[in-house]
Parts: sequence; structure tokens; C-alpha cells
Amino acid sequence: MNSAVRIEGVTVVLGGAFTALKDISVEISPGKVVGFIGPSGAGKTTLMRAIVGRQRITEGAISIFDLPAGSPQLRPQLSYMTQEVSVYSDLTVRENIAYFATVFGVPKRQVKSQVASILQTVHLTDHAESMVQELSGGQKQRVSLAIALIGSPKLMVLDEPTVGLDPVLREELWMLFRTLAKQGTTLLISSHVMDEAERCDELLLIRDGALLAHGSPVDLQKQTKTTTVEQAFLTLVGGRKS
Amino acid sequence: MSLRKTLATTKRVLGQLHHDRRTLGLVLLVPVLLITLLKYVFDGEPRMFNAIAPIILGIFPLLMMFLVTSIATLRERTSGTLDRLMTMPMSKTDLIFGYALAFSLLGLVQACITSFVTLGLLDVTVMGGTLLVLLTATAAAFLGTTLGLFVSAFARNEFQAVQLVMPIIMPQVLLCGLFVARDRMARPLELLSDVFPLTYSVDAMKQVASQTAWTGTLTKDLLIVFGCGVVALFLGSVTIRRQES
Repeated sequence: MNSAVRIEGVTVVLGGAFTALKDISVEISPGKVVGFIGPSGAGKTTLMRAIVGRQRITEGAISIFDLPAGSPQLRPQLSYMTQEVSVYSDLTVRENIAYFATVFGVPKRQVKSQVASILQTVHLTDHAESMVQELSGGQKQRVSLAIALIGSPKLMVLDEPTVGLDPVLREELWMLFRTLAKQGTTLLISSHVMDEAERCDELLLIRDGALLAHGSPVDLQKQTKTTTVEQAFLTLVGGRKS
Repeated sequence: MSLRKTLATTKRVLGQLHHDRRTLGLVLLVPVLLITLLKYVFDGEPRMFNAIAPIILGIFPLLMMFLVTSIATLRERTSGTLDRLMTMPMSKTDLIFGYALAFSLLGLVQACITSFVTLGLLDVTVMGGTLLVLLTATAAAFLGTTLGLFVSAFARNEFQAVQLVMPIIMPQVLLCGLFVARDRMARPLELLSDVFPLTYSVDAMKQVASQTAWTGTLTKDLLIVFGCGVVALFLGSVTIRRQES
């Protein structure tokens, strides 16, 4: 296997009217943390939805682990955390994780232990029996992330996973992401916080549905003759030299 | 298809209701209160009440399960959880059967309470017996659930979902033979009522109320109600897309 995700000339026209992605081509190697960076409305979420197979592609092709995106065989190998908190607010934290674990196909005997270990990973053990609707924004966000961890998928697609989290927790999650990547997991993470971009192995800079740049944070800084990712981003977006 | 995932979904949906005591209370107790109210509305016409009560027992489960299911599935569609489920190794039938089973069970519990009060405390007599009442009411609940599942695809928010009761369910209630015998209505309306599934649910309940034995008409009615439910279930599964355009 050469690449985890291969995107070839992908164009997505939403509802037959709005061109959300224009002719995007990129290849992502396994075990990398890849940041999807760009202003809101740039097409980051649409690209993620296309990768997980939830969004139909108008033109081009996406393959994940050499299978076309959306193939049933891929479903047990990937996880998708949407931007909104996509969990059941009228269930407890434990009930949520246990349900999704069953749906994911975790064997019955392992559901309990897996729920317990995931709760620990996202620091929600003390809130396991709380209703999701009673949690704070950051805690809800972690329940949603917990579900993406079920079954240790090889590809994790996380749409703004650290929004609303305090700096300490965000630091811990980035350590978790790094650990997962070291174990071979490919993580695609969208963000518009630039200090997070610096922590990624590779960055995709997206604006108006087009891929502006792809490379490591250092590459992008060199390319734009800047010293921070934020400056590099502004240079590329504005098309101006600073 | 996986029985385990279907049952997990049923358990999850019932779990959501279990935590939402107020909704549960409204679903289970309001029909009883309304039918009790009706008894005293017909205070001077006890025979009329005896004729109408069983019909109501066939309408309530359908109406209420339609409402509950259409909101529940709309929430699934709009909250992002459906996005998540559709990227997971779960078939659409697991999800849909899970819902149908959960709300049919809720309908059965509702019917048990309503029937117990109606037949036991309000002195309504049905020739066919309590079990047939429960069976017919559960079939109506199943139909309401599946219609709600299907119709929720045409609502973008809760306001619309609730309002859909008026064009989808109300005409069926008006034409089902509750107010006037169907053959006394204008001919086009009678023909229209022939294709409304609720008509057969009400007709089945009338059979149960008036006949001691299981009749051929009852079999036909129940098969139609159940069949319409299966069709709605299939249409509902078509409206849930694995991939969106």
C-alpha cells in the first residue's frame, strides 16, 4: 500500500448548483497527521465528507487504502467526527459510546472494556453516567471524539475536534493524535487555529474549494519566505508577498 | 443486516425515551385521559360511546407514533448522528427496523394502558376480546411509525414535521368512517378513503368490536395495514441516503 488517501481531480458540485470543490488532487501517506486549513466555507468539510464516502463526488476519484471512497469494506477501517456534536444528547455518555461501538461491530464481550478505556482516554470516566445534554460544550466535544476512537480505525477524519477545549486538554489530545499516528493511524484534522497547524506533519491549504498548497509546515514557510504558518497562510490566501 | 445492530438501535431509541420521562408520560397517559374525556362527552349517549371508543383505539396509536417517529428520525437526520451511522458498518435496514420495532413496542404498551382503561373501567365492550384489540392497535402503531419515518424526509425542521400531521394524517381521520359511514360520503371521498391505510386500521377495529370470531375481513384489513407499513418502511429506507449529492 502506497498511500492512505489518494484524491485525483475531485470536483464536488453541491445540490447541482454550488461548486464546493474544484479539481483537487493530493496524496496522503499512512501514519501522518494532516491538517485541513482554510477559512470557513472553503470546502474543508465537503472534502472530509467526500473522503468518508458521505458526499457524492461529481468528478474525479478518491481512493482510501486502494479502495474507492464509500466502499463498504472501508467502513470498519475509518471514523468520522462531524463538526456538530453528533451524539445523542438524550442518552448518557456511556450509552452513546456503547451504542456506536455495537454499530461499529465491536464484539459483545469487548464493548464494556472498550467503552471504559475510551472514557479514560477522553477523560470522561467521571461523567460516564451523565446525560450528554447536561455536559459543557467541551465535554460534549469529547464524547463526539470518543466515538471516533471506537475500534481503533486506520483512518480518522476529524472535523474541528479541538474547538471549545481548554489549552491543557487540547495539548493532551494532540499528544493522543501523535501517539495514534505513531501506531500507523492516518489522521485528517480540520482546524482554523494556526498554532494547531504547526503540529501537523502536512498541511492542505484550501480556499474557495481549491487546494492552494500542500506540504509540511516548514515547506510552506520556506515557499512563502515567512516564519510562521499563519504568515504563510495569509501570504498564500492573499496572494501577496509579505 | 445484523440482528444485534437492529436490537441495539431499538434499545437505544427506547433508552432515549426512558430518559425523557415527560414525553413518555405524554405518549402513554394522554390517550387514556382523552378517551375518558370522551366518555363524559357522550354522557347521555352511552351506546354511541361504545361504538366510537374502539375506533379511537385504532386511531390514537397511529397518530401518536407518527408524531414521535417523525420527530425522532428528523433529529437523527439533522443532528449529524445519521452522517456518523452511515459511515459506519451498519446497514440502513438495521437502523430502520430498529426504529420500527422500538416504536411499535411503545405503541403496544400505550395500547395496553388505553385498552385496560377503556375496556375495564369505562365499560366499553368489544366482541372480539382484548387480545385482538391489542393486535389491531399495534398494527396501527407500526403503520404510524413507518409513515412517520418516511414522511420525516420531507421536513427540514421540527415545525414542518409537526405540521405534516395535518395533510398526511388528518384527511385519513376525517374520511375513515369515524364521523359518517364511508358509503354515506360523497362518492369521490369514499373512493379516496379506499386508498387511505388508516381506513383499514379503523375497519379492523370495527370488526374486532362487532364480531366474536376472527373474520376474513379482519385478516384482509390487518394485512393491508401491515402491508402499507412495510411499503412505507421501504420508502423510508430509500429516503435515507448512504451518500448525499
